[in-house]
Amino acid sequence: MAEKAIMKGNEALAEAALRAGCRFFSGYPITPQTEVLEYLSWRMSEVGGELIQTEDELTGLHMLIGASLAGSRVLSTSAGPGFALFHEGISYICGCEIPAVLVDVQRVGGACGGISASQGDYEEVTHGGGNGDSQYVVLTPASVQEEVDMMKEAYEIAEKYRNPVVILTDAIIGQMMEGITLPDFADIDIDKFDYTYKELKDGEDGIQRGGYPGQGFPAYAAHMGAKYKAMKEAEQRWENIEVSDADVVCVAYGISSRVCKEAVRKARAKGIKLGLIRLITAWPFPEKAFAEINPDCKGLLAVEMSIKGQMVPDIKLATKCNMPVYGYFSLDVVPDADVVVETAEKIIAGTCEEV
Amino acid sequence: MAIKKFEIPELLKDKPSHGACQGCGHGICWRIIYEVVEELGYKNKHVIFHDLACGSHGLFATHGHAFSGAHGRAIPTATGYKRIRPDMLVFSYAGDGATYNIGMQHTVHTAARNENITAIVVNNTNFGMTGGQMSATSLIGQKTTSSPAGRDSKENGNPIDIVNLYHGMDIAYLARGAVDSVPNINKTKNYIRKAFQKQMAGEGFSLVEILAPCPTNWNLTPAAALDRMENEIFKIYTLGEFIERSAK
Ligand SMILES: Cc1ncc(C[n+]2csc(CCOP(=O)(O)OP(=O)(O)O)c2C)c(N)n1
Ligand code: SF4
Repeated sequence: MAEKAIMKGNEALAEAALRAGCRFFSGYPITPQTEVLEYLSWRMSEVGGELIQTEDELTGLHMLIGASLAGSRVLSTSAGPGFALFHEGISYICGCEIPAVLVDVQRVGGACGGISASQGDYEEVTHGGGNGDSQYVVLTPASVQEEVDMMKEAYEIAEKYRNPVVILTDAIIGQMMEGITLPDFADIDIDKFDYTYKELKDGEDGIQRGGYPGQGFPAYAAHMGAKYKAMKEAEQRWENIEVSDADVVCVAYGISSRVCKEAVRKARAKGIKLGLIRLITAWPFPEKAFAEINPDCKGLLAVEMSIKGQMVPDIKLATKCNMPVYGYFSLDVVPDADVVVETAEKIIAGTCEEV
Repeated sequence: MAIKKFEIPELLKDKPSHGACQGCGHGICWRIIYEVVEELGYKNKHVIFHDLACGSHGLFATHGHAFSGAHGRAIPTATGYKRIRPDMLVFSYAGDGATYNIGMQHTVHTAARNENITAIVVNNTNFGMTGGQMSATSLIGQKTTSSPAGRDSKENGNPIDIVNLYHGMDIAYLARGAVDSVPNINKTKNYIRKAFQKQMAGEGFSLVEILAPCPTNWNLTPAAALDRMENEIFKIYTLGEFIERSAK
């Protein structure tokens, strides 16, 4: 039965995975993601699933491949430094066409960085997914409820395309508590897909998949190319808020988009026409969302917790470089709604520098 | 006198040849593995996780479930599969490079967890697939393409022997066989059988290392490669059973 609860983001996400039918988790502790592992270390056995605390993050992904091949819905979670170790496995999950759901609870900085919130893994996650043309859908929740809702959706997308799906969240959403409604438990049949396991008759070949295409590279390229194209067309998700008449449109995801929503309210109260395109998928980048922008719009404002403004190239491509793009990049502190409004005012006044 | 009739295992019938080099040990390994799979009645209730090195030549040479994952990761991938389908016979198949170089963390931690899978490790004392570089098990003095003057312990470190490494480990089974001669092949087949039986009895992790020739990268004829095994390799890597947990 659907249940109401107040839960921490990481724990809600873990519970939602179980309710979506996940019965295999393999992963390694790292702040700010560790509560997922800790929660599942007692909860997974209650629902009859398997959990392995692995020797490292890389191992976790290779275990997932085995469990997914066996037909289970699988999960691994990490933060930036561990996600870096996911890349080998991600490339294999894409290459071997296996469904899996992965989560990056972003923390600040390159190298070891720090444990506070940031959004610096955007490029790593959306554009850097392992060697050799691997690509996958990236979902970006902005609340604990959305983390919960996205779990089921993530498994459905993963199975539809036989491809990994990554939920790109952050330390704040992962650590904060919010009231949520949890869905019912889904029943997952591990024999459902014959591309994972199937009963064999004598002389029949079962799953015979390598980290290289059995059918040769040209056929593989055509097949994967068509799949990525289909994902790009069908899976763009976004939320547009007051975009059609806006003079300035914020572009943001996750925790930054919540601030931008507040900024839109504040700006509109002052008579400033501010709007927001909130990414719900970072890949495919929701290019379709930009069609609603009016031709007199003065510019787009990327709001992101990073140093470089990692969304900017995607925004420029989505607008075919036809609009000025500005940035407010706050790295390790949550962006301030008042600063968003002030920046919008400067853009309208023509005193803001483009990025 | 009874004449023993040799039948190709069903799992290898009507499949393309594996494509390993002449005199390579991998082909014999697959043959005895699939003989055991069938003799124990696990045909099609088994899944093999190959490494992508020379061992993966066998991937499309067999029927049944066969998968090749990343270099060095066959053991964790087999682990994930077995956890979801404990009734299947699940084993990894990889080289010494995969198991004792790039994948060593799995070799240690899988044993520590006593995972209920079997790891078959084909030790040819070099990286066959990439052209004969030094591996963790290359002997002192062994010339490889990355130790051209011969492995030197000061320069290149010492070889790793799984029997020493696993000393005191609480696993179900550890044995080392070889595929250089009929008696050794028969013994190795028994080790594999025991390992599989222990897995299916739920006793935990078993590792069977198989010493195998790689004439191509040893720069030897197939016959001379077998001599090298007897004269050099067996002196360092002793054959036999080393850990056997008594059934409770
Ligand atoms: C991550 C990664 N590193 C390196 C390689 C290249 N590579 C492929 S097989 C191999 C070594 C194989 O040696 P071994 O595992 O002993 O198996 P053999 O070929 O001798 O049977 C290497 C280094 C790779 N494919 N992936
Ligand atoms: S290179 Fe060595 S291990 Fe590889 S197939 Fe040839 S003989 Fe066998």
